[in-house]
Amino acid sequence: MTERTVLEMTGIRKTFPGVVALDGVDFRLFPGEVHALMGENGAGKSTLIKVLTGVYGIDGGDIRLAGEPVHFAGPLQAQQAGVSTVYQEVNLCTNLSVAENIFIGREPRRLGRIRWGEMRRRASALLAGLDLDLDVAAPLSSYSLAIQQMVAIARAVDISAKVLILDEPTSSLDASEVERLFEVMRRLKRDGVAILFVSHFLDQVYEIADRMTVLRNGRLIGEYRTEELPQMQLVTKMIGKELTVLDRLDDEARTTAAPGEPVIAAHGLGRTGAVQPFDLTIRSGQIVGLAGLLGSGRTEVARLLYGADRADSGHVEIGGEQVTLRAPRTAMRHGIAFSSENRRTEGVIGDLTVRENIVLALQAARGWSRPIPRRRQDELVAKYVKALDIRPADPEIPVRNLSGGNQQKVLLARWLITEPKLLIVDEPTRGIDVGAKAEIQKLLVELAGGGMAVLFVSAELEEVLRLSHTIEVLRDRRLVEEIENTGGVDADRIMQTIASGATA
Amino acid sequence: MTAVTSPPRTAPPTSAARRRRWADRRHVPVLVTLALLVGMYGTGVANYENFSDTQVLLNVFVDNAFLLVVAAGMTFVILTGGIDLSVGAVVALTTVVAATLLHAGWPAAVVLPLVLLMGTLLGLGMGAVIHYFKVEPFIATLAGMFLARGLSLLINRNSIPITDPFWTAMAQKRIRFAPGIFISTSVVIALVVVLVAAYVLAYTRFGRTVYAIGGNADSALLMGLPVGRTRIAVYTVSGFCSSLGGVLLSFYMLSGYSLHAQGMELDAIAAVVIGGVLLTGGSGYLFGTVLGVLLLGLIQTIITFQGTLSSWWTKIVIGILLFGFIVLQRLVTRRAR
Repeated sequence: MTERTVLEMTGIRKTFPGVVALDGVDFRLFPGEVHALMGENGAGKSTLIKVLTGVYGIDGGDIRLAGEPVHFAGPLQAQQAGVSTVYQEVNLCTNLSVAENIFIGREPRRLGRIRWGEMRRRASALLAGLDLDLDVAAPLSSYSLAIQQMVAIARAVDISAKVLILDEPTSSLDASEVERLFEVMRRLKRDGVAILFVSHFLDQVYEIADRMTVLRNGRLIGEYRTEELPQMQLVTKMIGKELTVLDRLDDEARTTAAPGEPVIAAHGLGRTGAVQPFDLTIRSGQIVGLAGLLGSGRTEVARLLYGADRADSGHVEIGGEQVTLRAPRTAMRHGIAFSSENRRTEGVIGDLTVRENIVLALQAARGWSRPIPRRRQDELVAKYVKALDIRPADPEIPVRNLSGGNQQKVLLARWLITEPKLLIVDEPTRGIDVGAKAEIQKLLVELAGGGMAVLFVSAELEEVLRLSHTIEVLRDRRLVEEIENTGGVDADRIMQTIASGATA
Repeated sequence: MTAVTSPPRTAPPTSAARRRRWADRRHVPVLVTLALLVGMYGTGVANYENFSDTQVLLNVFVDNAFLLVVAAGMTFVILTGGIDLSVGAVVALTTVVAATLLHAGWPAAVVLPLVLLMGTLLGLGMGAVIHYFKVEPFIATLAGMFLARGLSLLINRNSIPITDPFWTAMAQKRIRFAPGIFISTSVVIALVVVLVAAYVLAYTRFGRTVYAIGGNADSALLMGLPVGRTRIAVYTVSGFCSSLGGVLLSFYMLSGYSLHAQGMELDAIAAVVIGGVLLTGGSGYLFGTVLGVLLLGLIQTIITFQGTLSSWWTKIVIGILLFGFIVLQRLVTRRAR
């Protein structure tokens, strides 16, 4: 390409206490292209984006926008220079109206007075361009996460961006919404906007991206044209080794199916408004997968079994004994561990170190009057950091300096250390790259092999299929079918149940 | 990879219906306060002779003009999710400094801007500490509170009378609508402050940024809003409002005293919360704060009319109301999620 770059980053270096996040990374963007930034979690993708938009300063290297050296002091400056970002987690203010979220900071004004009517009209028009019919005066909180994401994109699109950064924009969108987003991206591409796209869905990357830059452990691996880099090679470049774990898993999961005694049995357990009464038995050594659409009640089932929400009908037997799960504490005492889907707000505590985060649940189970000796802590933590391959392997750095995938591992370690009889994992692999995903899946299989009962909740059907011995299908907050995961079951079979439901 | 997809959304309700639903929810706390206010006024009218006089209502404004101004400033702070504990002490410091300087013969035209500037700078200082040193607002303004109260005690431990002609004129000036029906200049000043503040919150970028920060400060930053500047500014606004409230109080009392406005920060916070502003920030209206102040004033009036109740009943009723409103806020926000 002889075209001039719209953005060029060279030799970028960024360090955090104890971690080199980026080490001599080059990155360039041409106008009118979709450029995918690829890499495992912790490879430095998010850091590179934050460096580019001025959220973090850089320790070395330089950034040129349209040939001019730039140094953004913050997202505002970056935005004014034409670099807009839609982050992985929706970064809008849900208390404000839809229209305000799109226009805040650049509202149409007359003599300093915000023209609300004009703002709402323009917001409606803009959203109509994305095929969205929303009440723009309603607070953003009244819409689903997917819609909120689209609003965030509308905002970024409207800020006449030369460079549009989409950091995992599709992780909370369904297939038709992803398609709609891609339409918008293609239109922007035609208008000459350079789009930096980050996604863990390789299929999506191959569908939309023109070129890709691969990072690994904060280093640049290379820049490739999408059509010249087959998917398998890309994965190899991303994780730096051949990806064989996944293939092996398929057989492993099914052969180890030797379920033992029931660990937990729910009879007619339900909660009005959350999930209708259901029966569910999970045996030791068994992985039970919960499948269903977003909002079908997957998480609600998990929360009921953990006592995070109180059931208003039915009862639970743990080890054959009837138990009232009043609170997570009760569940923990009976050997149930719950790793939340929302690792940022309900999981890890960013300011505490890896060690402190890992021992948290065990300490809570023992009670504060019996502190775990420091030496024992170090032993335990070292063991799990090694077993789960938490990187960087320094137990004394704050968890917020870790990447998403490694935070998830810390969270798992926290529960594994309590040696639970039943481990409930809600979306443990969301927003995690292929390599870490395979590792976590493998770990779950191993745990079940060791006799632990696992309740596995995931939006990815193939993942549920790959791991589970039994699949519980949920639709409209009802458990509609239990499917033994024998050889004949595939994604279509489950989709059918989800879609039709006549089988119930 | 097949991600399981979410079901197609059902046809959206008509926008009018949708609007009605959320409008109700966001306005519930304010409407409850309004209903309480009307109910309480009705009780007063029904039970006490002369309670229905217009002047009784106007006196609520006259007696609480300074609180109205202070609470308006507090509303900005609480909308960002912060808190300002220094306001009562800044009010006291303002009265003491004003009285001392006037006593020393300084002209009112110098003293007035000087004390307003002092309060504003105090607020600016606290805001800067909160922003640059990442200090919790609670701690920073607690320090500000001790500082201001200590300073006023240092200046003079006794009450200093004010005899300045401008001050006494302001204190005695009555704007009469009809014989026996009047308001003081302080009420006019307070109402102007309220109107300006309400306009700023609803129609300016600064005001909307205040709401955005209260909603989600991290998001606001990522959306490119001037979070730091705005956060400092709300404490500056609160500082200014406190010193203006102090000036109004010195009009009202015609004295400067280091023990004036004891616990006023708590009255202001109570008024804001009862007015339906979420303590976590991002939701509420200045109109609610006005209702909150009026409600507090009306409780006091009723207790005065009753005559047999000790004034501590004011505190008890405020306490009960606060509990009620905090629970109400919980319920409303929980339903909103």
